[in-house]
Amino acid sequence: MMRFLLLFSRQGKLRLQKWYTPMSDREKKKIIRDMTTAVLARQPRTCNFLHWKDLKIIYKRYASLYFCLAIENHENELLALEVIHRYVELLDRYFGNVCELDIIFNFEKAYFILDEFLMGGEIQETSKQIVNRSIEASDMLQETMEEYMSKPAF
Amino acid sequence: MPAVSKGDGMRGLAVFISDIRNCKSKEAEIKRINKELANIRSKFKGDKALDGYSKKKYVCKLLFIFLLGHDIDFGHMEAVNLLSSNKYTEKQIGYLFISVLVNSNSDLIRLINNAIKNDLSSRNPTFMNLALHCIANVGSREMAEAFASDIPRILVAGDTMDSVKQSAALCLLRLNKTSPDLVPMGEWTSRVVHLLNDQHLGVVTAATSLISRLAQKSPDDFKTSAALAVARLSRIVTSASIDLQDYTYYFVAAPWLSVKLLRLLQCYPPPEDAALRSRLAECLETILNKAQEPPKSKKVQHSNAKNAVLFEAISLIIHHDSEPTLLVRACNQLGQFLQHRETNLRYLALESMCTLASSEFSHEAVKTHIDTVINALKTERDVSVRQRALDLLYAMCDRSNAKQIVAEMLSYLENADYSIREEIVLKVAILAEKYAVDYTWYVDTILNLIRMAGDHVSEEVWYRVIQIVINRDDVQGYAAKTVFEALQAPACHENLVKVGGYILGEFGNLIAGDPRSSPLVQFKLLHSKFHLCSVPTRALLLSAYIKFINLFPEVKSTIQEVLRSDSQLRNADVELQQRAVEYLRLSCIATTDILATVLEEMPPFPERESSILAKLKKKKGPGNVTGVDDTRRNVNGANSAHPFNDLLNLNSPPAANSSLLVDVFSEAPPDPASAPPPDVSDESFSRFVCKNNGVLYENQLLQIGLKSEYRQNLGRMYVFFGNKTSSQFVSFSSSVTTMNPQVNVHAKAVDPVIEGGAQVQQILNIECVSEFSDAPLLSIHFRYGGAPQNISVQLPVMLNKFFQPTEMTSQDFFQRWKQLGLPQQEVQKIFKSKHAMDSEVTKAKILGFGVALLEAVDPNPANFVGAGVVHTKTSQVGCLLRLEPNTQAQMYRLTLRTSRDSVSQRLCDLLSDQF
Repeated sequence: MMRFLLLFSRQGKLRLQKWYTPMSDREKKKIIRDMTTAVLARQPRTCNFLHWKDLKIIYKRYASLYFCLAIENHENELLALEVIHRYVELLDRYFGNVCELDIIFNFEKAYFILDEFLMGGEIQETSKQIVNRSIEASDMLQETMEEYMSKPAF
Repeated sequence: MPAVSKGDGMRGLAVFISDIRNCKSKEAEIKRINKELANIRSKFKGDKALDGYSKKKYVCKLLFIFLLGHDIDFGHMEAVNLLSSNKYTEKQIGYLFISVLVNSNSDLIRLINNAIKNDLSSRNPTFMNLALHCIANVGSREMAEAFASDIPRILVAGDTMDSVKQSAALCLLRLNKTSPDLVPMGEWTSRVVHLLNDQHLGVVTAATSLISRLAQKSPDDFKTSAALAVARLSRIVTSASIDLQDYTYYFVAAPWLSVKLLRLLQCYPPPEDAALRSRLAECLETILNKAQEPPKSKKVQHSNAKNAVLFEAISLIIHHDSEPTLLVRACNQLGQFLQHRETNLRYLALESMCTLASSEFSHEAVKTHIDTVINALKTERDVSVRQRALDLLYAMCDRSNAKQIVAEMLSYLENADYSIREEIVLKVAILAEKYAVDYTWYVDTILNLIRMAGDHVSEEVWYRVIQIVINRDDVQGYAAKTVFEALQAPACHENLVKVGGYILGEFGNLIAGDPRSSPLVQFKLLHSKFHLCSVPTRALLLSAYIKFINLFPEVKSTIQEVLRSDSQLRNADVELQQRAVEYLRLSCIATTDILATVLEEMPPFPERESSILAKLKKKKGPGNVTGVDDTRRNVNGANSAHPFNDLLNLNSPPAANSSLLVDVFSEAPPDPASAPPPDVSDESFSRFVCKNNGVLYENQLLQIGLKSEYRQNLGRMYVFFGNKTSSQFVSFSSSVTTMNPQVNVHAKAVDPVIEGGAQVQQILNIECVSEFSDAPLLSIHFRYGGAPQNISVQLPVMLNKFFQPTEMTSQDFFQRWKQLGLPQQEVQKIFKSKHAMDSEVTKAKILGFGVALLEAVDPNPANFVGAGVVHTKTSQVGCLLRLEPNTQAQMYRLTLRTSRDSVSQRLCDLLSDQF
């Protein structure tokens, strides 16, 4: 199972954090600090995996953003890399050429998309079409419900 | 301003985010945030009721502030209010806030639960999914209590939408992890297994995650899932890539599902049903074959997904540890990856090979890659890859290559990253000890370690070298000479002074005959280091000096003078002062007899597990050490090799509280009449003919693992009893009955209580008096939940365990073969092969049988020739063997010649059963 996903910039600014096991705020802050220092210190063209405590850390850089995913020891590293890639594809599809700014200004959307894809640290739906359809459906639901609810009372 | 704003834009939020981004300093940012917090607080507290939109906007701002790393201590109530909004966007933000900010023990849980309950019963799939996500995210006990019984129902209900099924499966998985006792098994469990047949691959994927978890905990309840998983996997691997539509990822058919299925299968031993077994083998072969096909795309996603499946398949092959051909193929595939241009693949290949190295079928095959691995250690740019190479060298080390590997590790140590030096030192120390053929090499190696990386040599390492030198008198003189020479260096590490002081104090007399290392020279050499050392080392040196006074009366006055000097007798350090005073007095008043008694050579240390190994395990965390002690793998274990103390892999925490009931019953008096008949297991017996470690027996309650080592006619066996339940076993006893007086087994007593989830160890000392054929019987009795349990297992103690391999030239071999030419000395058997005929595997088995494998003896290179001596207390029986495979007929001919006919027959029976 996945334990957490962090997105941070090259300057170490955290853009998104998702925790799949309960943890105190202090622990979270420590992990965020550890992860940013460990990942940002890596040289280019090294492998994408790190061992950290009893977890494996899988990270990949897309433009200015680092995606950093922690998985349990027996889990598959290569597939974890593709979990990250699939998430990037989903963001890209939704925002159209996603960039860091999209995630900053629409962080709640980034969370919603992630929740359609992963749940409780496991993969929920791997089909890009289905995830996109349900994200669009919920956007749609927002608009229609908004319209529906704002009709004057009879 | 936002680049995109989809759905409902919240303008106020976007402006706030822009403001924060425009802040020039941290102070400005904090100021802006405080202003916003004050604003939001006043809005929330104000008299005017806020509309849903504003509430949503402010909650979202709070969330943003929290994600920037600031603490948020209000707004929770407003977020909870949003949950019951009938506007989807408000509800969604409410749930997001709750899942990010509410920790599991919040007092708002009751209110949140209410909202969740409403959404779960709304029958609106979007709302149900939000609610299920929230349960999975927060995962608190109170939530589990409230919903643990609803979710299974939603999961298996016929009219549940696919997307809700997926969420329900994963939500249940989460609850099972946080509060396993609250998720009741029931009628739904059998229906969950059938989700593996579902039309919708997304549902299958989610269900497989859930089933893997449940199967891990109660394998028997989910046994049927293995067959379904194989069927599903087989359909995926044989499908054309377009069949699965959107579940095809960069031309790879459903990689996520495939990996999950392969992982589920790792909860079980190889299928017993032959058809199923061969279908699975076909799948695994197809996956291995696909690795050799040209890639369908140049994209890295394609190769990652494809190789992800491949690595998982290899994990399963290693887990089963039963198909030698697949193991060897896996090893060859990984061998190719070792030289791949993708760093990731090299890394993973090294990592995966570590576990292959511990399978007896592939250990030899892994060893053939030693040069590539050494090269990786020298040339890889990435320290994590070098680290894996180091781990693999450690795992593949055995007596045949120990010198080379230790030498490479030592030379790497000189330039190694500081972060891993201590680990290298520990590994070198362990390997050097474990595989030392002559202990002079061991002493040299450890002194080299201290010389090159003294700062990283922990106390355990130098304690251990002293223990070994004290326990082995054949190396003491050499050790004394070597440390004496090492101490000549103008600058030597303090650890060397410690080792030198201790060893010369004990054994300096062994080299005192040489005028170049006369007692006075030795003393002066040690004392020249004294002033540069720390207090503990000085204390140790003072003890060495008093030992010198006993060993060499001629230097007594010199040493007394040193002890008497002010710098010693009035030393500011209490310990040093006390030693100086006491040693001086002792040397003055005691007679030589008393001195000799007080300062006698240290007695041998009790043999025990190397403290260095314990240290390495501590350093790397449980599960991460590929114990050299444990090169033969636990068949049922997880994919990683197990460290010594965790042979049975019982680390998973036991279910809480389920032992309450059982304890009540355990008070009841035993009723011998109702005791079930002892359960005798011997099927695993023959698996141990060619190996010494593994799982001997397993049922729902108990797992018995073995580690054994033999030297000449003696053996020691560590039996590990693992309690698989969460309740204690009481009145536990384990005893060994030998069928005949030819074998003696002495069993140490075990603790009568084994706690739930715990593991205890029993040590058996075995002595082979003369040749024998019946194995001893291990009988175990205990009470679980009041019911007496009796288990009897044949202990895999066979005659071949007492083999010592004998290397000999071809000429010697044939001469002895001729000498054993009497008809009754030879036993021959022709038999059909039961497994694929692979020469690497056969070699491994013959070596495991205990004889030396003689190369270039038989004129036919396809034949195997071996030689060894069976040691019993009363005699030694030389044995020569020849195994001739006929691959066309799938037959073997095995010929054994020993000086005693009964031995020939017994060995032939044992070995012929293995192919």
